[in-house]
Amino acid sequence: MRRGIAATGLIAALAMTAAACGGDDEGSGGSKGGKLSGTVTFWDTSNDAEKGAYEKIAKGFEKLHPDVKVNYVNVPFGEANAKFKNAAGGNSGAPDVMRTEVAWTQDFASLGYLAPLDDTVALDKADDYLPQAAASTKFKGKTYAAPQTIDTLALFYNKKMLKASGVDVPKSFDEVKSAAKKIKSKSGKTGLYLRGDDPYYYLPYLYGEGGDLLDTKSKKVTVDDPEGAKAFSVMKDLVDSKAAVTDASDGYNNQLNAFKDGDVAMALDGPWSIEGALQGKQFKGDKGNLGVAPAPAGSKRQGAPQGGWNLAAYAGSGNLDAAYEFIKYMSSAKVQQQTTEQLSLLPTRTSVYDVKSVKDNQMVQFFKPAVAKSVQRPWIPEANALFEPIRLQLEKVLSGKSSPEKGAEGIGDAYRKLLKDYK
Amino acid sequence: MAVETGQSVVRAADAESIRGRGHRPGKNPGRLRRTFATHWYAWAMVAPVVTVIGVIVGYPLVRGMYLSTTNANEANVERHIGVNDIPATYESVGLDNYQAILSDGVFWDRLTWTVVWTVSCVALSFALGLALATMLNRKLAGRTFYRMALILPWAVPAFVSVFTWRLLFNEKKGLLNKLLAGGGIDAIPWLNDPTWAKISVITVNVWLGVPFMLVAMLGGLQSIPGELYEAAEMDGANAWQRFRHITLPGLRTVASTVILISGIWTFNMFPVIFLLTRGGPGDATEILVTYAYRLSFVVSPRDFAGSAAWGVLILALLSIIAVAYRRALRKQGEVW
Repeated sequence: MRRGIAATGLIAALAMTAAACGGDDEGSGGSKGGKLSGTVTFWDTSNDAEKGAYEKIAKGFEKLHPDVKVNYVNVPFGEANAKFKNAAGGNSGAPDVMRTEVAWTQDFASLGYLAPLDDTVALDKADDYLPQAAASTKFKGKTYAAPQTIDTLALFYNKKMLKASGVDVPKSFDEVKSAAKKIKSKSGKTGLYLRGDDPYYYLPYLYGEGGDLLDTKSKKVTVDDPEGAKAFSVMKDLVDSKAAVTDASDGYNNQLNAFKDGDVAMALDGPWSIEGALQGKQFKGDKGNLGVAPAPAGSKRQGAPQGGWNLAAYAGSGNLDAAYEFIKYMSSAKVQQQTTEQLSLLPTRTSVYDVKSVKDNQMVQFFKPAVAKSVQRPWIPEANALFEPIRLQLEKVLSGKSSPEKGAEGIGDAYRKLLKDYK
Repeated sequence: MAVETGQSVVRAADAESIRGRGHRPGKNPGRLRRTFATHWYAWAMVAPVVTVIGVIVGYPLVRGMYLSTTNANEANVERHIGVNDIPATYESVGLDNYQAILSDGVFWDRLTWTVVWTVSCVALSFALGLALATMLNRKLAGRTFYRMALILPWAVPAFVSVFTWRLLFNEKKGLLNKLLAGGGIDAIPWLNDPTWAKISVITVNVWLGVPFMLVAMLGGLQSIPGELYEAAEMDGANAWQRFRHITLPGLRTVASTVILISGIWTFNMFPVIFLLTRGGPGDATEILVTYAYRLSFVVSPRDFAGSAAWGVLILALLSIIAVAYRRALRKQGEVW
């Protein structure tokens, strides 16, 4: 096994030095006389609770196009970005269709990995898309993806636990703190789970204080303005006052487990966790116990980041015609309705919101207005790279190695290094 | 048949010339030519291997070194993706990358931790491996069972054991903290506190490394002749003296090689750190190789040039350490 490790290391080293070398094209098929054939490889990034439903839906494409085989591959969210870049840049093993996080779309497009979808069948009834969702698919005037689902962060809460402690659903982080105190004294449980390992969860605090990462219009870094530091001190205060527990690793699973097992009463999470939460012992058979409310406000306003997933075609796909058709299918009103019914994910098409089963879905009723008010992130190629500096500073600030001001400064410095033309 | 005849003729001729060396230097063919003529068969046999190594090791190595003197990144290297043909637009920047790395605190922080990590892992796993090997080298009941049990970490794929450890370390649900709670001790933030995370990664790596040390030491111990111990016992040497003056010197050749190899492995031990903590919390457990990986695979756009420069620096460091170590051994009279 030692040899195995050495070999892994060698391969990694070779891959590192040879990362710029090319490979071969692969894939075949296409349309013969208008009829689609061949294989469509689809990389899905949905989580464990969602992937079963997604696989079934993706396979449904085979019924519409019997000559096409759908090769469904589930790639965990955490690895998907790197894996796609390895495959796409190396010209081997990349899928035909990729489910990209909204902030990855511009990154992949700017590197030439994605095929533009304008004037292809993939963009079917483009006027129907929510303008916010459509904004995340554009880069330099072209459209590189079809919006599949839209989401934002919200406050998940355990109705029974809040009731037993006699607290109302908190509307701001101040109220979270006081509610947590009561919950602790009544039940001994912790109020909030605060993700300390994922920079995305810094955004509601930052927006809440009226700040933002960047001002893309005037090309200015704004994260190290006082609001950025304030956001850090709000987070640190929640942890220090024991209103919240946190982790520097494995946060997604820890948060979901703590929430669904009833160890914490509240958590900031998105629609992608609804299915997983409902399988926990606090909510199984008692769906009504899961409450969702807008993300708590900071001292200035309430703001949660806009997220979601897009469907993009790999520019090097050997079967682009089928890939376009597959994207059209996966972003169609019918499929979006199915994903809402089965997984409570939010559609990106306005028309789907009129369907009764979608309209009646509790989670949609809650998340739709939340998404409408969510804050758009900067849709620039570097958008995804903006998270790493936050991650490093978040750990330093929450562990007390760095002050909130130093933390915000550190992020700002990293941004100016990353974005050459920003002040 | 023809081959054999030719060979024997050459061999005879060569033998002649070797015998005659010094007496008639003028008549000898060139040294290179002579070795080739003598060993052409051997050269032909190793040619495929040399070629393959040249292609899969030499070329990437040279290319990596070249890239480290440019500003190549994911956005400016040449790519042909379907209809998109993107030409290479990176250019040479000389030694700027190296200058930037060496003048940045990040490199020195990572280097310090990498050295601490390597030294403590190797020292601990060597000490434990030696102790266990000494114990298992004696005749005791169930020796085979103990040997099997101790070799187990080696038999399990690294990623499986690392993931298992990760579950054990989990602060809220992990077995280790459950055990501590049973003893009335507060939960330890194994992977969430920088110092504990460092202790945790070292623990796991030592656990993975002990079997290798154990097997190597056991082999070394068995090659020490029993008569030496008998003679020492006759002279009245106690157990510690026997260990100190027979076992340790007897193990020296094996130990020095094993320590060097293990040191290099640990220095570049990517999987344990990457799978256990991903270099976190923050960047507390990031060693040089995981950082180089981060540059080339995690940040966007991927910094190929910077990562290559880190790679070259790591290679240089390891070469220096290996040469210095061999020198030190040779000074102690070790033939290596």
